[in-house]
Amino acid sequence: MANDVQRIREWMPERNDLSLISDWIPRNASVLDLGCGDGALLAYLKANKGVRGYGLEIDQDNLAACFENGVNVIEQDLDNGLDNFQNDRFDYVVMTQALQAVLRPDRILAEMLRVGREAIITFPNFGHWRVRSYLAFKGRMPVSSALPYEWYDTPNIHLCTVNDFETHCRKNDIRIIQREVVNRDHSSSTLPRLLPNLFGEIAIYRVTR
Amino acid sequence: MPESIPQDSVGLVQPHTLHVDQPLELECGRQLPSCDLVYETYGNLNASASNAVLICHALSGHHHAAGYHSMDEKRPGWWDSCIGPGKPIDTNRFFVVCLNNLGGCHGSSGPTSTNPETGQLWGPDFPMMTVKDWVKSQARLADALGIEQWAAVVGGSLGGMQALQWAIDFPDRLRHAVVIAAAPKLSAQNIAFNEVARQSILTDPNFHGGRYYLHDTYPRQGLILARMVGHITYLSDDAMRMKFGRDLRSGRFHFGFDVEFQVESYLRHQGETFSRNFDANTYLLMTKALDYFDPAREQGGTLEQALERTRCGFLVMSFNSDWRFSPERSREIVNALTHVGRDVSYAEIDTPKGHDAFLLPIPEYVKLLGAYLRRVADEVDADGQ
Repeated sequence: MANDVQRIREWMPERNDLSLISDWIPRNASVLDLGCGDGALLAYLKANKGVRGYGLEIDQDNLAACFENGVNVIEQDLDNGLDNFQNDRFDYVVMTQALQAVLRPDRILAEMLRVGREAIITFPNFGHWRVRSYLAFKGRMPVSSALPYEWYDTPNIHLCTVNDFETHCRKNDIRIIQREVVNRDHSSSTLPRLLPNLFGEIAIYRVTR
Repeated sequence: MPESIPQDSVGLVQPHTLHVDQPLELECGRQLPSCDLVYETYGNLNASASNAVLICHALSGHHHAAGYHSMDEKRPGWWDSCIGPGKPIDTNRFFVVCLNNLGGCHGSSGPTSTNPETGQLWGPDFPMMTVKDWVKSQARLADALGIEQWAAVVGGSLGGMQALQWAIDFPDRLRHAVVIAAAPKLSAQNIAFNEVARQSILTDPNFHGGRYYLHDTYPRQGLILARMVGHITYLSDDAMRMKFGRDLRSGRFHFGFDVEFQVESYLRHQGETFSRNFDANTYLLMTKALDYFDPAREQGGTLEQALERTRCGFLVMSFNSDWRFSPERSREIVNALTHVGRDVSYAEIDTPKGHDAFLLPIPEYVKLLGAYLRRVADEVDADGQ
């Protein structure tokens, strides 16, 4: 397993959240990956864990990359929901770094838990101290490596904090099975563990109904 | 006429004829005791015969998919934009086969060929063909060429339906099916357009019950009308607006029924060209084959049940301005495939070009088709080692 993580890190140096996710997904699971990008996670899961699944993506450069990676990918806008999939169709529905970019994160979350037994979600934590101090001291919308956009061109329209997400889960009877909050370099050090909303830069959740 | 053959062309090609002596049982209950299949090939078959790609043609198509028959030929084969060295269907890696379907009028047995039993032209007596029959005859061609399994079966429109039928009828004889701008069955509107086209031919005074050749004539007006109505459905509203708008040929109204608008001139020209090159009985037969296509019904159930039998990987593609077979129709195929857990990818190309887009070198389309087929070629190579 350590070797697997090493391999995925070499392949996806910028996306270490993916290596953590692959640890959470058991062999031969069925997976739907929302906003799957170039299909790196699915290709990895297929090759190393016998996972069967589909990615959903709208960027056609990414579709081409998925094709070349041998990943099943379906062009689909997440804002239109997941009507084309039956209830409980997948073991896992994964969405990495896209929750903040959809029109209604609450609806997509509900859809994920309709078509999947469990959902795995990662998002940039807007409660991170650097984000807070950026706004507090500079008085401007935070720009960081996790949030690399200006306020006017950002695809991130529904940013939330670790606390917001957990409150939403509590209110909607969504059970959190596992949580990791990590730094940009994904060293899961002590501070993010103790004070996730303040020190976690990227949040990774595994949830179920 | 090409002054010189372009670098990325398959170059000068020749059709071949396969004579099939085994009788072919047809879905309509009749039998073809023997038949001819006319086909072309591009590229080279590898030692293990694993790199063959079958191209299925659409309604009015034939075997000449790429390259030139002679230096005098004005235009290359009908899908030259996608078939050739370095093109999406890369003839450096694939052995590409395209044939004229039975019932056609470009060499394969059909209404314009001779019925060996009577020595007369088949004409309207040629049996009604279905997509399933075509796939069966294409399997005979594969047998003859020593191809046990196609690396991919590829087609657009009616060709895409053949690719889908291949996946159902011969699940082990193809690795991938590429289904472009197609539908799992025709809608009532689709059938309605086909019926208008057929009626225009059937009611032409020169049709003579399909035996026009005995009267040394043919239903020219009927064919022109059929093609005009068909052509309207192949283009989108936007494509027509961009191409013609309301432009007038002479710049003013003449208040009569001669050609005034450019779009009228275009449709008449398309119709006339078509009527000179296509047989009316073939057109009737091919549109009926379209209408009959319904693999779900044929399997006695849902599309999902029909697709349960498939084993290959699928690429489904659609064009957002295609209103003949809209993206929703392609999604029906994709949804059925995901429900039964098949390997399927889907892309919707953004273009104003309408249904005919699948024949055009639209950059996003060419790129995605090429990316998928590169992967297919890599798989074939990996297996060969």
